[in-house]
Amino acid sequence: MRIVVQREDFDAGAEARALALGRPEVGAVASFVGLVRGASEGAAVGAMTLEHYPGMTEKAIAAIVDEAKRRWQVIDCTVIHRVGELYPGEQIVLVAVASSHRGDAFAACELIMDYLKTRAPFWKKEQTPQGARWVEARASDDRAAERWEEFAQAKKLG
Amino acid sequence: MKVKLLYFAALREQLGTGGEELELPQGVATVGALRAHLAARGGAWQAALAEGRLVRTALNQDMAKPGAPLRGGDEVAFFPPVTGG
Repeated sequence: MRIVVQREDFDAGAEARALALGRPEVGAVASFVGLVRGASEGAAVGAMTLEHYPGMTEKAIAAIVDEAKRRWQVIDCTVIHRVGELYPGEQIVLVAVASSHRGDAFAACELIMDYLKTRAPFWKKEQTPQGARWVEARASDDRAAERWEEFAQAKKLG
Repeated sequence: MKVKLLYFAALREQLGTGGEELELPQGVATVGALRAHLAARGGAWQAALAEGRLVRTALNQDMAKPGAPLRGGDEVAFFPPVTGG
């Protein structure tokens, strides 16, 4: 498991390939890349600043990856999240999961991303023509994360 | 009993500080009591931390509920709901 918080950009393809290198048991790598949108709630976004809580961030992401590993077969996983000043079109986050089969890889990748949005201490501030503003948390992100709790409940009952 | 306090993002800007060392007053024994104690400073503190404001808390770098007990040397962080990813 590799968890990195950095200012620099990353090479998503190289990260995905590295997960499978020398591991014949890997049959699937699912990856997700999040980008800075150039518009948000009707306003043009010129730049975005990402702040985080050093120490807690890495710990929170590791706990999220462990949660995914408890549910699915995860051979290895890489999470890279950028901080500092970013511009529209730039990559913000990478989640890449290697597994033997695609079902586990897709599900683990999605859970990690959903929990990352609600449990990892990052905050976005957007620069718009009307000035700078902190991005507000979305109820839809909470709902996306909650569905994994329901999924676990249903599985337990079933 | 001293604790280390940290403030992040919009909360840090509202309070005008990223953190402080605080000697816990008598009777402030939980994360929730600490928040109420800080809000009682008035002004920006009251505005940012009063009950009903959406504030998340972490105790020693784990998300914490208001009832979480405090010990000397603890690191307590206050911040808005997270918006990464």
